[in-house]
Amino acid sequence: MAIWLDHRSKVIVQGMTGSEGRKHTQRMVMYGTRVVAGVTPGKGGTSVTFEEDPIPVYNSVKEARHATGATVSVIFVPAPFTKSAVMDAIEAGVELIVCITEGVPVRDTAEFFAAAQAAGVRLIGPNCPGLISPGRSNVGIIPPNIARSGHIGLVSKSGTLTYQMMFELGDIGFSTAVGIGGDPIIGTTHIDCLQAFQDDPDTDAIIMIGEIGGDAEERAADYIRDHITKPVVGYVAGFTAPVGRTMGHAGAIVSGSSGTAAAKKVALEAAGVLVGRTPSETAALVREVMRRG
Amino acid sequence: MDLFEYQARDLMERAGVPVLKARVARTPAEAQAAAEALGTAVTVIKAQVKTGGRGKAGGVKLAKSPEEAAQRAAEILGMSIKDHVVETVMVTEGASIAEEYYFSLLLDRAERRYLAMCTREGGMEIEVLADERPDALLKVPIDPRRGLDEATAADIVARAGFDEADAAELVRVFVLLGEVYRDNDATLVEVNPLVRTTDGKILALDGKISLDDNAAFRHPGWSVFADTSHDDPLEVRAREKGLNYVKLDGQVGIIGNGAGLVMSTLDVVAYAGRGLTGHPKPANFLDIGGGASAQVMADGLDIILSDPQVSVVFVNVFGGITACSEVAKGIREALKQLGNRATKPIVVRLDGNAVEVGREILQEYAHPLVTVVDTMDEAARAAAELASAAMGGN
Repeated sequence: MAIWLDHRSKVIVQGMTGSEGRKHTQRMVMYGTRVVAGVTPGKGGTSVTFEEDPIPVYNSVKEARHATGATVSVIFVPAPFTKSAVMDAIEAGVELIVCITEGVPVRDTAEFFAAAQAAGVRLIGPNCPGLISPGRSNVGIIPPNIARSGHIGLVSKSGTLTYQMMFELGDIGFSTAVGIGGDPIIGTTHIDCLQAFQDDPDTDAIIMIGEIGGDAEERAADYIRDHITKPVVGYVAGFTAPVGRTMGHAGAIVSGSSGTAAAKKVALEAAGVLVGRTPSETAALVREVMRRG
Repeated sequence: MDLFEYQARDLMERAGVPVLKARVARTPAEAQAAAEALGTAVTVIKAQVKTGGRGKAGGVKLAKSPEEAAQRAAEILGMSIKDHVVETVMVTEGASIAEEYYFSLLLDRAERRYLAMCTREGGMEIEVLADERPDALLKVPIDPRRGLDEATAADIVARAGFDEADAAELVRVFVLLGEVYRDNDATLVEVNPLVRTTDGKILALDGKISLDDNAAFRHPGWSVFADTSHDDPLEVRAREKGLNYVKLDGQVGIIGNGAGLVMSTLDVVAYAGRGLTGHPKPANFLDIGGGASAQVMADGLDIILSDPQVSVVFVNVFGGITACSEVAKGIREALKQLGNRATKPIVVRLDGNAVEVGREILQEYAHPLVTVVDTMDEAARAAAELASAAMGGN
């Protein structure tokens, strides 16, 4: 078991014929992800060969899904075309959409998130690294082979911190690691992942990585107190971030006294979450939790 | 990106929202000419600053003649309001206000939709009202797919308890403000106050608009809003190179990949510096992003090394898409270009994609300023200690 993605998941890549899409499809295929189709409007009928296997390209997700029965779509199209790509995937009835694209206008995200929610489709991202269930499937750009399969579930706003944490705990291993992205509006939140890990029999402990901006971590802390019985270890980045400056991610900004890392740490600790000061201290806390069982 | 009031006013006027006639002035003479051109008995001179509390600070003044407008502008220009120096004033017609209201439309991150807020009780700071009398502030969720349509606007007007006589005009204005929000890719459109004049007109008297930087690609006109006059020169240079850089006030220059890891690196350096002489701190945020080339790395290093406050550089990369070999080549390239101008030590921690090749490149290069350290924590400590030593510690 893992959450949302396993070895049976059939995956469509939207934007597979572009340079980013091609590069990452190659990595996904090498990992063993079942990539069954690509979608690029206007290039239907062609194919792209990875590891000697041609993968067919369709004009729409609907056609791709009809031909292959895929339930997951991962999006690598440029920001100006992302909204129509997501809408195409929603209308085609896939179950999980993973939007890697960075720099999507928040108005577009607000609109396609509302559409996904209305259709009951899970959207991860945008501006995220995707998700990996080690040893089973990898959808997005998380580097393969930094961690083995195991029983830690990880949810993070940040890609590189996800990689760093997986690297630190690579020997213990992960059920699923989900990069939810750092944009102001994201399709899947910390809370969604916490509940999915709580329900996943294969996950024994959860790492939650947050960063400055918004109040998602505070809300997650409330949720943990009321609904999560598995141990949760947290890490928050951005204690030294100045007020009013966007730190890389569009959503990573301290506004006045809200959105600070300190406030998030306090909220998480009040909910019984062990919070590390650094990634390595966080990893050490996880080791201790796993040792205690 | 936050706009000045006069820019917000322009966007509202263009959408048909009723606003006062106004002109922008950067000198007292321009203010006088503006008042003459407006031709009204009374004009209002308003400081243009991107911060609140302008009225209390004396940044808004009445003038009863063009000459007085020049005097008032002379008083306001150059004034500092919460560290924002006034360089521009807006000169508007006077208005005879009967009632003040409040309206805003904004991005609700937590609920992942939009939120309209409205009250008949304008004039006071909205945060104070929301805090002290939350029931007086109407909050209405807006579905992003529908936007602020007429039915929703009518609902807001009815629930906020406006007079029947003003209802139709308020609905029209709210719908127009919804268009301002949508068509400009705004994340905030606020009118405070929205007023009814003694002759019964509804006017947006003061407005605030924030725009979504991610949408700049579909708004070529936004280049006029760029406000770089106060930016740090290093930030301007970094932007020209397409680098994501924020200047801070410490001594340890930081380069990393990915916003989260770089933020984390700043924190780890600050922790390491706490117990050391001089308490060295991070000097900047610099994210070279995913898949960075040697050139990007060299550009980043060049900018950080030209910061006179920086005494040591910490390069912290976990190669996901980024190859550590490219990072190592970038360091080598930057040092070659700098020659003997390179004098600051560089602590490097590499892990992940192509880490062996990356470490090998640096080992072979064997530059006396470059130290490769195995882990992030140890590297942060090493960098902080070098910075502390430069500040007179041991």
